[in-house]
Amino acid sequence: MSLTKLTTSALAIAAVSATAAAARDQVQVAGSSTVLPYASIVAEAFGENFDFPTPVVESGGSSAGLKRFCEGVGENTIDVANASRKIKEKEIKVCAENGVTDIIEVRVGYDGIVFASDINGETFAFTPTDWYKALSETLVMDGKVVANPYTMWNEVNADFPAQPIQAYVPGTKHGTREVFEDKVILAGCEATGDFEVFLAAATGDSDKAKKKAAEKACIALRTDGKSVDIDGDYTETLARIESNKDGIGVFGLAFYENNTDKLQVATMSGVVPSTESIATGEYPVSRPLFFYVKKAHIGVIPGLKEYAEFFVADEIAGPDGPLAEYGLVSDPELAETQETVSGEAVMGGGS
Amino acid sequence: MTDITPSGASLLVQDARTQKRNRAEARFKMYGLAAIAVGLLMLVILLTTIISRGTGAFQQTYVTLEVPLLEAKLDKKGNRDLADIKKVSTFGYAPLMKAAFEEKVAAAGIETSLKSKQMAALLSKDAAATLRNYVLQDVDVIGQTIEFEFLTNSRVDGYLKGRVSRDSMANDKSINAAQLDLVDALIADGSLRKRFNLDFITGADASDQRPEAAGMGVAMIGSFFMMLVVLALALPIGVAASIYLEEFAPKNWITDIIEVNISNLAAVPSIVFGILGLAVFINYMHLPNSAPLVGGLVLTLMTLPTIIISTRASLKSVPPSIRDAALGVGASKMQSVFHHVLPLAAPGILTGTIIGLAQALGETAPLLLIGMVGFIASNPPDGITSGLMDPNSAMPAQIYEWAKRADPAFYERAWGGIIILLVFLITMNAIAVLLRRRFERRW
Repeated sequence: MSLTKLTTSALAIAAVSATAAAARDQVQVAGSSTVLPYASIVAEAFGENFDFPTPVVESGGSSAGLKRFCEGVGENTIDVANASRKIKEKEIKVCAENGVTDIIEVRVGYDGIVFASDINGETFAFTPTDWYKALSETLVMDGKVVANPYTMWNEVNADFPAQPIQAYVPGTKHGTREVFEDKVILAGCEATGDFEVFLAAATGDSDKAKKKAAEKACIALRTDGKSVDIDGDYTETLARIESNKDGIGVFGLAFYENNTDKLQVATMSGVVPSTESIATGEYPVSRPLFFYVKKAHIGVIPGLKEYAEFFVADEIAGPDGPLAEYGLVSDPELAETQETVSGEAVMGGGS
Repeated sequence: MTDITPSGASLLVQDARTQKRNRAEARFKMYGLAAIAVGLLMLVILLTTIISRGTGAFQQTYVTLEVPLLEAKLDKKGNRDLADIKKVSTFGYAPLMKAAFEEKVAAAGIETSLKSKQMAALLSKDAAATLRNYVLQDVDVIGQTIEFEFLTNSRVDGYLKGRVSRDSMANDKSINAAQLDLVDALIADGSLRKRFNLDFITGADASDQRPEAAGMGVAMIGSFFMMLVVLALALPIGVAASIYLEEFAPKNWITDIIEVNISNLAAVPSIVFGILGLAVFINYMHLPNSAPLVGGLVLTLMTLPTIIISTRASLKSVPPSIRDAALGVGASKMQSVFHHVLPLAAPGILTGTIIGLAQALGETAPLLLIGMVGFIASNPPDGITSGLMDPNSAMPAQIYEWAKRADPAFYERAWGGIIILLVFLITMNAIAVLLRRRFERRW
């Protein structure tokens, strides 16, 4: 009975102190699942080397993270949002409406996106054109727009083996999907010249609207089961490839490097993906990773600024740091980023 | 006179109809046995999969090294001032590891072409942190050479466990053949070995780069505090509600509606309670994110119907004659309930509560929404308030998180986590069965 009493009173005290003023003493981070491994490595090292508690890093996706980030200022909102894409105008507006006006944008480095298949299967050397032709819903043939007729890779490109087309691409809630559409499918669409045909056929009030419609026609993926959207994580894509040896999946570079015993990577436009080839810009499919800091929380949440500075420090995010070792392509302009953080420079100018 | 039939043979002649009925009975028994056999087979498959994949997580590879704690690296001023020594980050401890490894290789007479950096890469990233914490606890050890047992990295551990082989690591840039040669030599030397890893049960979660250091302990504490909240809230509320409904409430359409709703709530998917928790407890009441208190509140909502239903059932099973007898000798209604009915129903109530708790312990879905999944369980709480309010994870959420991570070593830990969770669930259910066997009375 006394135990029940003790716990109930403890609960009551805890609840009261929480609603009154719970001084939160650890940094709270949420957002992109691509940035999560990097953020957790930094958080762990931060907890070890500083007198602050280890920051808490939640996942959930870039959009979900930024939404929570923009909910307002205060201790029960997160301090940092991780994102595998730039914050959108729309999101900045929502932020401003809720009083989150000063946002510090920090670019931590680049992440490569690779195409990988079963280790014992055929080897592929892709170009964006191949992927466009294999996965687009509609193609232009003899000047006419037709539904994608291809079922085998050797029909797409005579150099490829006769293997059924089966691709596992990230679902639309992933930031990775956007990069895949922009840098692979759309690039292929433009390279084949199909884009011009779509543009000519597009209807719209302005050139801009027409262009948008043409892009949309380009990146629409086929829905007949040859391309499967994976809404889960890369582990799910890997499991699909293990059960269907013909499958080819889209992965992050870091994930591939941890699973080289099960996967082989395909080249893109003749370049083997690696941190080096992405850093030089040779490998075409990569995207910057960001995190966003609420300036109003600096000085209120202990350790927030130290965490941000530690994240972009040379010993962490530099080319020899643990993040690069894990698969992050370090940013050649890291020094500028460090200045942004130490000077607390917010987005859109100002101080 | 007729002959006496030989002994043993029955006089009864079964007609066709009886034979048919007997055959039907035999068939039915066979179906039942087959059903049980299928169920048992599934259980065996499940358990063998879990145990064969998960037991690896309870063992970890360690290497013994003698580390010279050089004053030149750790305390340049030489005044043993803790503030100065703290400025040396874990990166500053890397040279000590390299030196220790070179020493080891030379002492054991192992020939290797590896540079000291590649040798030190065999160690877990956690090793530097272990060393730094050791030094910070007692700065006077600086200058001495101390023997440590460090974790090796997940690839070396995978090599000893058979997950990584010389063929499979052909494209792996984290480890190469020369490093594996050194590992083999160290095994022969006796300084590198696999042993039981208590840190997996008691330790905190670790980042994606050091799966070998990740443990379940902090998530276990998170689960414990959540269960405390559930027990402290769901048991009194649930029992009070059922006593009122069963013993005092008038039987009319309002109580009927309440009864239907309680049964309905018991069937509501748990994720719904998660969304409710996010909207009410975090967004409206401003309770902190990822706190076990919020997790406990959400799970309380989920467990309440289960407890109410089982409590009402056990109250109902107490025969009315006991109530009548109590009332007959002059007890008030309340006295009859609290002195006679409730003690008799207690074993059933406790069983229901334990089963409800076990169900809540394994629940993941609502925790996803209140921010208990991620790299969360990294700081062990230092008291009851911090245990309730500070961000933490829970056992099933931790398992889910590990299963998502890239390094296959985390996959093994997810299975290991399942073993720990199952041990808890089996223990709780066994206690429930035991209580029922010992104290339940039948009328």
